[in-house]
Amino acid sequence: MTLIPNYKFLIPYILHLADNTLILAQRNSEWCGHGPVLEQDIAITNISLDLLGQARNFYQYAAELVNQSTNQPINPATEDTLACLRDTRDFKNCLLAEQENGDWGQTILRQFLFSNYQYLLYEKLKENTDQQLAAIAAKALKEVTYHLKWSTEWVIRLGDGTEESHQRMLHAIGELWPYVDELFINAEYEIALLNDSIGVDVASLQPPWNKKTEEVFSEAKLEVPQNVFGQKGGKQGVHTEKLGYILAELQFMQRAYPNSVW
Amino acid sequence: MINIENITEEKVLSVLETIVDPEVPVLSIIDLGIVRKIEIYDAVTKPASAGVRVFITPTYTGCPAMDVINMNIRMALLENGFTNIEIKTVLSPAWTTDWMTEAGKQKLKAYGIAPPNIKQQVCMVDAFHEEEAIQCPHCNSYNTVLISRFGSTACKALYKCNDCKEPFDYFKCH
Repeated sequence: MTLIPNYKFLIPYILHLADNTLILAQRNSEWCGHGPVLEQDIAITNISLDLLGQARNFYQYAAELVNQSTNQPINPATEDTLACLRDTRDFKNCLLAEQENGDWGQTILRQFLFSNYQYLLYEKLKENTDQQLAAIAAKALKEVTYHLKWSTEWVIRLGDGTEESHQRMLHAIGELWPYVDELFINAEYEIALLNDSIGVDVASLQPPWNKKTEEVFSEAKLEVPQNVFGQKGGKQGVHTEKLGYILAELQFMQRAYPNSVW
Repeated sequence: MINIENITEEKVLSVLETIVDPEVPVLSIIDLGIVRKIEIYDAVTKPASAGVRVFITPTYTGCPAMDVINMNIRMALLENGFTNIEIKTVLSPAWTTDWMTEAGKQKLKAYGIAPPNIKQQVCMVDAFHEEEAIQCPHCNSYNTVLISRFGSTACKALYKCNDCKEPFDYFKCH
């Protein structure tokens, strides 16, 4: 018996994973040529490239399923159509990924918060019953390990650095904390897939995420904020106004010159 | 030209050995260990539709060299008389620097890039975790220091030698 994939929930779930990585990659790539020093400019763009690679793998897999589920349509979905021809309401990335770069400290903190989450997520996803998701996660986990280590070291350097860098990290925490909770709230497609043992229960990632964050923050002389009102909606397509600007830049070429290829 | 009935894996392999990594042009894709399998089908039974399948695995998920390598494999096989060519990407098991051949590591060093250490030193998440010494490819000193974890390409880190003072790339463990 061949198992028919649960397209209704599996496709949005894979798009959620893909959109997270694409949008954060796009944000990080905005630093290209603007990093505080050359080596760190190269580091943040390397991280961007890793995330873009993950996005491609997820979009390719999603496109395959979209085409299967619609019985090989005339205009088949591809990684490019999924990335470049969907609008804001179709994007399912977490709100954290689309937040502005701010200063270097804010970009670093966003990367740390996200890499910490992504590391725990992929560690579980690589054992998943969905073989393709497991393969993508196993490969990406090695890269995310470097991202987490790098961003952890920078949070410590800046938090426990000068008075100025410490103040900026406090500001970054204030800006980004409202978007932390959403990482750990399962969307309806995640809940539905968990019944088939596909995907990861993100709520279960919160305790280890908190533990790691507290450890790093204590070394960085920063405090984990308590009782911050959490914004949500990104995973359902309800975004902050920032996503539209990101997509306007990201999708410009495909919109202006339809079907152009590399 | 290739007589389709005489295709062997060795012949395909000898063509693939001529294809280099565009970012590190001293390494062939065989040295890198990214060719996972070669399949020849229908060579004897249906020579008209016979062909070759090459299975490759990416080094890093975002490695931009992969698209170029893919195209170069196709070109090289076409030039050598192969017609039906399929190149498939497999993700699992994930590529590791352990698959790089010993010859490949020697070539890297001669080119001025420190080859990857053995597996035990794969990156740990702990911040400022002490990492094992990397040998300078120029003067062989182990008195070296990490400048940046991310180098000129995703697969390399930037180091400096404290003895000969030369900066160098390190092909990091993966």
